Amino acid sequence: MPANSFNGFTNYGIGIGLRVPHYRHILANKPVVDWFEIISENFMVDGGRPLEVLDQILEQYRVVQHGVAMYFGSAERLNREHLKKLKRLVKRTNTPWLSDHLCWGSVDGRYTHDLLPMPYTFAAARATAANIREARDFLEVPICVENVSSYAEFHASETTEWEFLSEVTELADCGILLDVNNIYVSSKNHNFDPYEYLNNVPHHRVGQIHIAGHSKFEKYILDTHDHPVLDPVWKMYAHAIKLIGKTATLLEWDDRIPTFDEVHGEALKANKFVKKHFETAAA
Amino acid sequence: MTVKSRPQLKELQTLMASALFRPLTAEDRMQPRWIDGSSMAAVADRFIKPNDRLSAFERLEIYNRVYWFRVLDCLYDDYPGLRAILGEKKFMELATAYLAKYPSVSFTLRNLGERLEKFLREEPQWIAPHKEMALDMTRFEWAQVVAFDDAAFPPITTDEILDTPRSKLRLGLQPYLSLLELNYAVDKFFIAVQKRDADVLRDEASNTFEAMPQAKRRRRKARLPRREHIQVAVHRYDNALYYKRLEPEAFAILRALRGGMTVEKACTNAVAKSARKNVDWATRIKEWFDDWSSLGWFCPFKR
Repeated sequence: MPANSFNGFTNYGIGIGLRVPHYRHILANKPVVDWFEIISENFMVDGGRPLEVLDQILEQYRVVQHGVAMYFGSAERLNREHLKKLKRLVKRTNTPWLSDHLCWGSVDGRYTHDLLPMPYTFAAARATAANIREARDFLEVPICVENVSSYAEFHASETTEWEFLSEVTELADCGILLDVNNIYVSSKNHNFDPYEYLNNVPHHRVGQIHIAGHSKFEKYILDTHDHPVLDPVWKMYAHAIKLIGKTATLLEWDDRIPTFDEVHGEALKANKFVKKHFETAAA
Repeated sequence: MTVKSRPQLKELQTLMASALFRPLTAEDRMQPRWIDGSSMAAVADRFIKPNDRLSAFERLEIYNRVYWFRVLDCLYDDYPGLRAILGEKKFMELATAYLAKYPSVSFTLRNLGERLEKFLREEPQWIAPHKEMALDMTRFEWAQVVAFDDAAFPPITTDEILDTPRSKLRLGLQPYLSLLELNYAVDKFFIAVQKRDADVLRDEASNTFEAMPQAKRRRRKARLPRREHIQVAVHRYDNALYYKRLEPEAFAILRALRGGMTVEKACTNAVAKSARKNVDWATRIKEWFDDWSSLGWFCPFKR
């Protein structure tokens, strides 16, 4: 949906991730970019260059926070200190919505720094939804949860990933950051139809879309964010836009990062699919 | 293994995390045996589903490898100086042992090296025969992490200073400022290593893909730092990192201030303990304080 309660009723277009190799270019040339997504944890610091850059970016651009370490799916309660730091950043950026992943990554205070897959069970959905609600109530900002790429499935799972995502978001009454590339990667790793996934998530809850590149290995696909978006993912993106409508979209490029213009150019390809959809709809 | 409740979810997550935290084999594979000596494949089969291409062991191994590659990469980048002292192989062995004993306890990889000095004091065999030098470098490199993004409080104002009786005046030091007393000239060594690595990177950038693996081998061994008793402040100015050597008395004053001593007493003690003669201490100390103030090192003192 273009604007809904899960993205703060905004109508953002195509954005890119704010990454260190581009800082100098952005600050010097001030390119026209609809919005930037920042990795929250990179700016949850007490001072120094990261916050200086962020403040300069905030003067000129719209910024949305995306986290990688909230671990909504952890069996444990959320870390209050983490939430407090995050809230300080939320106040600084005034992010209209905030996203993090439908995953877990820490146990007993030890961190894997990874986005680990969930067992798709109703008990896990309830625990995850409770954590999301707690975060949203504390942070006072809409939350979208992102589906992750995964390389393993659990015997314990009772349902499909998209049913699990739907259950969690219904229970938490939160939004979805639909990562089209992650759906594609997981579909290849777990032999499911990615279009069945796209068709069955609650479309009205989608507040944002991610697109990215991935790498193919002999027996599995890895979500590497170090390539342009591949054709099957663009095809899925077009389908997603058809189902959901024009939605804030962000290209992730996190490794072997090329020039700013190359990354931005790749992201703007998304406009082609949005335009095509509206032309078809109008016809 | 079922997940019908939060405790069962915790049980599954604890099991998987324990598997990921176990170091890889010398061939960068998942260990074939579990903690109790049983088959790792059987353990993986208990909770991970295989698919038509990968066994449960292989699927779990993807995560095990990604975890170790990520955290080792991070330490590799954060400790180029320590790496240059020990050599790449020894450094990686040390990093693996460190992370196996002290996995990350922070949401951010920035803090991954926080307990490295503690670990090296507990298990100095990893840095033999350069124990003291390696410890100095570890402290120096961690100080740079702190200097990069630790807090900066508003500098103390003239009014705040004037409002306090001289005998009671205490000054706080910015949290991002580290004061290090070292036995090796690791600051100069670090700069030499950075220069060497920058040269190698320039070479690599101009080479073809086939030639790239050669580049690391070409990296000449840096001459180890010489033994020298030095005092260094690691700080930032205008959000760039700096290392500043300090005279012993200047260092003593700053350390005393950080410990909560009054300015008057810190200065008096530093001068009294100095072995240097014929120094105009009043002028010298004024110059130091002017310099430190201009760098923004002073903030209101907090116990």
